[in-house]
Amino acid sequence: MEALQKKARALLEAGTVKVVIGYTAGTDVERARAFFARNAEQTQQLIFDARCCQNLATYLMKPEVKALGKAALVCVPGALRTLMQYAVENQLADETVLALAVTDAGEVVELPKFAAVEEYLAKMPRGLTPEQQQELDRIDKLPLEERWAFWAAELARCVKCYACRAACPLCYCSRCITDVNQPQWVPVASDPLGNLEWNVVRAMHLAGRCVDCGSCADACPEGIRIDLLNHVLAREASAHFGAEPGYSTRKDYALSAYKPDDKEEFIR
Amino acid sequence: MAEFEPKVVAFVCNWCTYAGADLTGTSRIKYSPNVRMIRLPCTGRIDFMLLLQAFGQGADGVIVSGCHPGDCHYTAGNFHARRRWILFRRLIEFMGIDLRRVHFAWVSAAEGAKWAELVTNVVDEVRKLGPYQSFPKRLDGQPKPVEVA
Repeated sequence: MEALQKKARALLEAGTVKVVIGYTAGTDVERARAFFARNAEQTQQLIFDARCCQNLATYLMKPEVKALGKAALVCVPGALRTLMQYAVENQLADETVLALAVTDAGEVVELPKFAAVEEYLAKMPRGLTPEQQQELDRIDKLPLEERWAFWAAELARCVKCYACRAACPLCYCSRCITDVNQPQWVPVASDPLGNLEWNVVRAMHLAGRCVDCGSCADACPEGIRIDLLNHVLAREASAHFGAEPGYSTRKDYALSAYKPDDKEEFIR
Repeated sequence: MAEFEPKVVAFVCNWCTYAGADLTGTSRIKYSPNVRMIRLPCTGRIDFMLLLQAFGQGADGVIVSGCHPGDCHYTAGNFHARRRWILFRRLIEFMGIDLRRVHFAWVSAAEGAKWAELVTNVVDEVRKLGPYQSFPKRLDGQPKPVEVA
């Protein structure tokens, strides 16, 4: 924590960055919240501990944050993967953001370039964790009716607050299908079909792009397991198209590319 | 009570399947009248939302049909569509939507007979499954509120 504050102070004093985006204590002891340190004094409020799990890269896409000038971003692994994906999607130029990764030992690593982030991420485990795989397999093995009942019960709690959309670093479109009301694709009210539509749309628009930072499920006030939808699509995209979003800046989004011999067995 | 007649919505490509279905008619081939065809420019244009909305408006089955790989009028629309449907099918299967009600096909403008056979097969299959009652509906265009337990 001290190392991070010291680093942030040095960066701001030297003028290398204009703002350090990190975490500070939240309003209750269990939570940390995002914090924008813009001068040396404010860096004292920065913290980094187990509570700091939000993906702060989300803020980089906001016009008001872009207007602050060059940022240093305190990154959890999910945020580093997000930076890679932003690069793939031409949303972020190299060297416009300074990533600060905090190691398990509490050291702060400066990653000024995408190449450095890529190298840093190369050492980390990839793909779904065994627990995530198990959870997918468990649901997959349920009979159709039970699977449907499980999701009907989950999605019935959705109030369409779109916190998942706000928290997701890759839901950065300035115009979203949910904001369109002529036609009103997704109704504003919580209704079974609309809830299904919204969650399918969200998952499909992230298919092959989701870097599995977990922010959407963390943000959901109802605790709906929307991350499972991302996981199942990530598993398929990886199995069919070799998609591994978030680990390189190579431009290979699974759904904007194709191969003439993509394999499927279901088309008659 | 009369036998259940399923409603099947077919989202088809303007350049092949729609013309193929025309050929079915001009060839005087009989096929099931339960299908409602919706013509779109390309399978690459068919949003998965349309499928969900079809079910929401009372369809019991859905067909998506376009050009064979390599035959796309826009070069690659069907290749993109194919990737999308691979993922989409898996997602809705995971969510418990019955894949026996969602069908994909390549039907060219010369395959009138194939179209007739496809529609008849799908309609027969969906007829056996019965109406898709478990799918939430929005029949009058108005959303039905969630029932709070």
